[in-house]
Amino acid sequence: MKKLLALTLAAATTIGASSAFAARDSISIVGSSTVFPFSKVVAERFGKATKFKAPTVESTGTGGGFKNFCSGVGANSPDMSNASRRIKAAEFEMCQANGVTDIVEVLIGYDGIVIANSIKTKAMMLTSKDLFLALAKQVPNPDGTATTIANPYKTWKDVNPTLPATAIEVLGPPPTSGTRDAFVELAMEGGCKKFGWIKELKSSDKNHYKEICHIMREDGPFIEAGENDNLIVQKLDANPNALGIFGFSFLDQNSDKVQAAHIDGEAPTFETIADGSYPVSRPLYFYVKKQHVGLIPGIAEYLAEFTSEKAWGDEGYLTEKGMIPLNSAKRKKIGAAVKNLEVLKSL
Amino acid sequence: MNKSSPDTSTSNGLSHSDLAAAMERNLKRRYRSERRFKAFGIASIGVGLLALLVLFTEIIGTGMGAFRQTYVTLEVTYDTEVLGIEAVTPESLALANFDGIVRRALLNQLPEVTGRTAKRQLYALISYAAGYQLRAMLEQDPSLLGETRKVTMLADDDLDTYVKSVRADDPFIGRLSEPQVEWINQLEAQGLVELKFNTNFFTSGDSSEPEQAGILGAVMGSLFTLIVTLALSFPIGVAAAIYLEEYASRNRFTDFIEVNINNLAAVPSVIFGLLGLAIFLNFFHFPRSVPLVGGLVLTLMTLPTIIISSRAAIKSVPPSIREAALGMGASKMQMILQHVLPLAMPGMLTGAIIGMAQALGETAPLLMIGMVAFIADVPGGITDPATVLPVQIFLWADSPERAFVERTSAAIMVLLAFLITMNTMAIWLRKRLERRW
Repeated sequence: MKKLLALTLAAATTIGASSAFAARDSISIVGSSTVFPFSKVVAERFGKATKFKAPTVESTGTGGGFKNFCSGVGANSPDMSNASRRIKAAEFEMCQANGVTDIVEVLIGYDGIVIANSIKTKAMMLTSKDLFLALAKQVPNPDGTATTIANPYKTWKDVNPTLPATAIEVLGPPPTSGTRDAFVELAMEGGCKKFGWIKELKSSDKNHYKEICHIMREDGPFIEAGENDNLIVQKLDANPNALGIFGFSFLDQNSDKVQAAHIDGEAPTFETIADGSYPVSRPLYFYVKKQHVGLIPGIAEYLAEFTSEKAWGDEGYLTEKGMIPLNSAKRKKIGAAVKNLEVLKSL
Repeated sequence: MNKSSPDTSTSNGLSHSDLAAAMERNLKRRYRSERRFKAFGIASIGVGLLALLVLFTEIIGTGMGAFRQTYVTLEVTYDTEVLGIEAVTPESLALANFDGIVRRALLNQLPEVTGRTAKRQLYALISYAAGYQLRAMLEQDPSLLGETRKVTMLADDDLDTYVKSVRADDPFIGRLSEPQVEWINQLEAQGLVELKFNTNFFTSGDSSEPEQAGILGAVMGSLFTLIVTLALSFPIGVAAAIYLEEYASRNRFTDFIEVNINNLAAVPSVIFGLLGLAIFLNFFHFPRSVPLVGGLVLTLMTLPTIIISSRAAIKSVPPSIREAALGMGASKMQMILQHVLPLAMPGMLTGAIIGMAQALGETAPLLMIGMVAFIADVPGGITDPATVLPVQIFLWADSPERAFVERTSAAIMVLLAFLITMNTMAIWLRKRLERRW
């Protein structure tokens, strides 16, 4: 009898507890670690300035964020997902299949990826072609034929005679990182495409094209240094011959230790990244579940805060954190679309 | 042995003096190897201590700075015109431009600053928390409206880092521009910049601005999580240990359970996180990021530790105590509750505290259930979103802002202080309550 009582009690608490949780009173945000610092500033200011609770922001990575975001509708799934790339068709379909049909897409700004070295040495003047030749696993045969050989280059001078004769040593993020994806797609592929015959492959043999352009060398000169960008900065400080790949905001904060290499003649600054002349930059997004507006308090107000001039404007507090703002025409257009909660129809 | 002729050879061809010498050598060698053996032990301890010393000096060296924070004192006028309000009401406070009066105060102090860009750079020297501070002051004392007061306000993290680096004779300018450095030096020359104890660090939750960030949110989160863990794992663990030690007969089934408990104790903690995600979030639909779920997951993780140490404690109670109690006519339950448990309690508590200390340091299982998150509000209960101390350390270590470096080390110091307290308590309890037979 007692046992039965205890069992019912346990069951009752569980049910009671889970139904009590059905109503969540703070916004839940997941997704990209690149957007994380921007998202949390807005969350914090929003919590301070309004009567709503500050949103919870998790840094799960872009892919992990969409997996969670698209798992369903209701208080147990996140309301927003941050992304350092646009949502993929497969992810969009997964969302639709799980009932997440009304998604609002918000492009918030840009992020630059820099390749930097210690200020104890001279800044590097690189081109994306140099980067590709120095870091790819397979490089075009120097004899000019349309074949590849295993990367033979040991020093920067081997790659390009105008560069110093120091050994190639580049610290970068592992393949799970969004920074790595963007670096490969923008810098490596950018340099790869400079070879005419490889560029032609893109339409004829896409897999082979990707194989040449996207695979980083594994024989030592490229070192996977983990996801922590601060660690890469410290290592560069200790080793003046090494270069490191990380996000623009870390360059901004550590200007006393590291300097950025120029890529294709452009140094990464707010201006060159915003106008697109610096080649290695990527768009930053977040996605909102329209079905949660009204269900979870504060979503509309949070969106208003994020898309206000004082946040994402040219001189807004997000630029303080290293986000590169959109131009004002784009801000106006996207701001209006967000206000009307325009749903993403298809990709 | 032949005493009369010491020179006669022994059976193996050695004289007695040779034998004595050989034994002497042998003895010396044995002493030497004894000393070496001891030296190895001392060296190992030395290496351990050295590592600890390096860790502590490194952490304390970087972390001490975080306990002091730079403040700037300015004459602030609660000007109705700048604030844009006529009277102090809840509605007007929400709309009032408090940043405006902070900016006006800065400009009054440094009147030579003109131009939009220069002014913007000047305004960036004070943390945006100052506006909220002034708002709270006016809310508390509405008569301040129109008055001028000296107010000590939080400085921005860039200014804070610069001032600290100058005082440490290693100026770090970082993101500051040349005029900004000039203005700071002027303010400093007027005696308006001071370093004070950083109470904020102990009284506020996380923030993306280093100067406003504190560990209270993480400490409370850890506390709530550990309360849930202790409340569940201790009774369950002790009950399981009592059954296995006092009631269960030894057969294949109990052997099987024992093997599994020992196995569970060695399972990587991230697996418990996955289990928690599947059971508590996906099946029971508990919310993400709450200490209740964190505590449940850590309960699963610490249970084996508590069961194993409780069983050892029960086993160490001599059988004579049990036999005496039963002989006096106590029932088995009375024997266990009144005699065995009190005697085994110190060992059980020690096990529980060590289990809790282990749980306090975990991040991996919490990753899966959403407790690795930025949460600005200090949690008020086990169902409020929260994070825990080691997660806070991880999040700060990953932040680009320079001022978070010292705060990371300071948070590590706080975590270490908790761990040392808990482990000392475990040793003290054992020394204090342990009975020997």
